[in-house]
Amino acid sequence: MLIDLENVNKSFDKQKVLNNINLTIDAGQIIGLIGPSGAGKTTLIKTALGMEKADSGVTEVMGTPMPNRKILGKIGYMAQSDALYDNLTAKENLEFFGQLKGLKKQEIASEITRVAGITALTAHLNKRVSLFSGGMKRRLSLALALLGQPKLLVLDEPTVGIDPALRKTIWEELKKLRDKGCGILVTTHVMDEAEQVDQVVMLMGTIIAQDSPAKLKEKYQVKSIEEVFLQAESEVLNNENAGN
Amino acid sequence: MRTLAISKRIGKELLRDKRTMALVLLAPILIMWLMSVIFSANSETSATIGTVGVSSSITKKLDKVDNVTVKRYQTKSRAKKALKHYHLDAVIIKTGSNKYHLYYANIDYAKTALTKQGFQQALSKQQIAQIKSKITNLSKAINQINQTLPAGHKLQIKKSKSSSKTKITNTYEYGNKDTGFFNKIAPIFIGFFIFFFVFLISGIGLLNERSSGTLERVLATPVRRSEIVAGYMISYGVLAIIQTLIIVATSVWLLDIEIVGSLWLILLIAIVLSAVALSLGIFISTFASSEFQMVQFVPIVLMPQIFFSGIVPLDALPSWCTPLSQIMPLTYAARAMEDVTLKGAGFNEIAGNLGILLIFLAIFTVLNVVGLKQYRKV
Ligand SMILES: Nc1ncnc2c1ncn2[C@@H]1O[C@H](COP(=O)(O)OP(=O)(O)OP(=O)(O)O)[C@@H](O)[C@H]1O
Ligand SMILES: [Mg+2]
Repeated sequence: MLIDLENVNKSFDKQKVLNNINLTIDAGQIIGLIGPSGAGKTTLIKTALGMEKADSGVTEVMGTPMPNRKILGKIGYMAQSDALYDNLTAKENLEFFGQLKGLKKQEIASEITRVAGITALTAHLNKRVSLFSGGMKRRLSLALALLGQPKLLVLDEPTVGIDPALRKTIWEELKKLRDKGCGILVTTHVMDEAEQVDQVVMLMGTIIAQDSPAKLKEKYQVKSIEEVFLQAESEVLNNENAGN
Repeated sequence: MRTLAISKRIGKELLRDKRTMALVLLAPILIMWLMSVIFSANSETSATIGTVGVSSSITKKLDKVDNVTVKRYQTKSRAKKALKHYHLDAVIIKTGSNKYHLYYANIDYAKTALTKQGFQQALSKQQIAQIKSKITNLSKAINQINQTLPAGHKLQIKKSKSSSKTKITNTYEYGNKDTGFFNKIAPIFIGFFIFFFVFLISGIGLLNERSSGTLERVLATPVRRSEIVAGYMISYGVLAIIQTLIIVATSVWLLDIEIVGSLWLILLIAIVLSAVALSLGIFISTFASSEFQMVQFVPIVLMPQIFFSGIVPLDALPSWCTPLSQIMPLTYAARAMEDVTLKGAGFNEIAGNLGILLIFLAIFTVLNVVGLKQYRKV
């Protein structure tokens, strides 16, 4: 088990953001985390990685209770916002984070070539990040997460601002990584991406639905995940209204 | 390894920020030079004095005093009118034998002082001249008497050669006759510049990392929190060394300030001080949410340190200032800098002050490492 969350609760001040979350992610699996804006997707990810501390419950990554510093080296994390050093070139950013991850010197050089290839940044490696377009920055963030071939990838909206053709290659790459035994947790607002995952997790404070895309469509008797999403969401809202 | 990666990254970013580099390296030169001009201006005050009824010999002697010009007036009213219109800085009126009345414009205190001093000087020269002429008369009278006396009984006045001129030799323990106020405050300013720039730049640097999210991103790798703080320390320590070398070179070659003690000790103080400034800057940046807010801490954190760190001698300040100055890191750095540049102190003599700086450093560093827990709990 790569990620194991059991009965996780998390509040900010009085606002309850995560309510009794149970979620496991195994190797060789892509889990798609979807939910409306503000549903707590980013919070769930940060809690799993130990950047936020859960109020109660178990958060384990690779069998180690989080927060744990050393485990972070085995995770490829891509944050929702592009946190890059604008004054450095793409290559220097990659080198820096490679060093922080503890990669060896030769390893860093070969890894940079590899991840730049996946994200189609090879031609722009020596450009300053301040000159990058929004999509290029997003790709560089993804490239940083892929450094060192981590066994677990946690990607917070990795394809925002990336064109359809490149998005397709990136997803193909993610599937390749999965087939090699990598576990991937990815959040997205793009429903046709959610169709491609092994398991969809719908989050609205609590997990309101979790299954493979095909089974979910069958359960809700609709043709697309988008419809599943809308239906599940309105059900939750109706229940809340009825409860009040 | 990670520490080095971090300090290298900061170094690269600093080097690419051309304007900041220029500010850090050139501004101290410019400011030091300006200050040396201002503070070592050997007060070239001059005074124009009007006299009424003052004897011509005194007037002449007054005129000979450096920077004093004398104008003679026939009437009191004319002289006073000139004073009213600020054509004169002072008027001296003789009101009786050996009685003088002095009127001052007194707009510039220095001119008033120069007048007083100059007139005093002229009067005493006049008295000496009178005594001299009396002595001459006396010796003439003795000569006349001697001519009437038989040989062997002649009266004599012993002449002493040295009586006419007094020679004064000046020896300066530190510096030379041009040593002014600036020489005393220069070491304090070396400390201040380092403190100021390292504090501000590192504080803003970390603040940017907070707001751009890179700090959080970095903390999502297996880096230790202490490695981040250490990485910052190394890069800004190097910056402080370069800055110190520039400031010291400016002081020695451009401004002619004598550094009695060892340059190595000055560099040592600079490094320790920059580490303190860095840890304080990082600490303070926790309380700022924008670069503008960071700058707002300058008058609160930095300005008092200049005033209380020894530019004004502490014994001259009210007693409540003493504890205030004791909580300011710059005080100790300034003392150590002064001891080395002015008195040639060795390591043992500045060890106490360095030790206190290290205590400051330890406190702020621990606070910073703990403060980073905000982003990652381990
Ligand atoms: N550090 C924080 N302090 C206080 N509240 C927070 C904090 N971080 C998140 N929240 C709140 O928690 C809720 C969930 O936020 P979160 O970022 O997890 O949403 P999300 O599902 O990732 O949304 P989006 O799809 O827009 O990225 C929001 O209401 C947000 O205001
Ligand atoms: Mg989010």
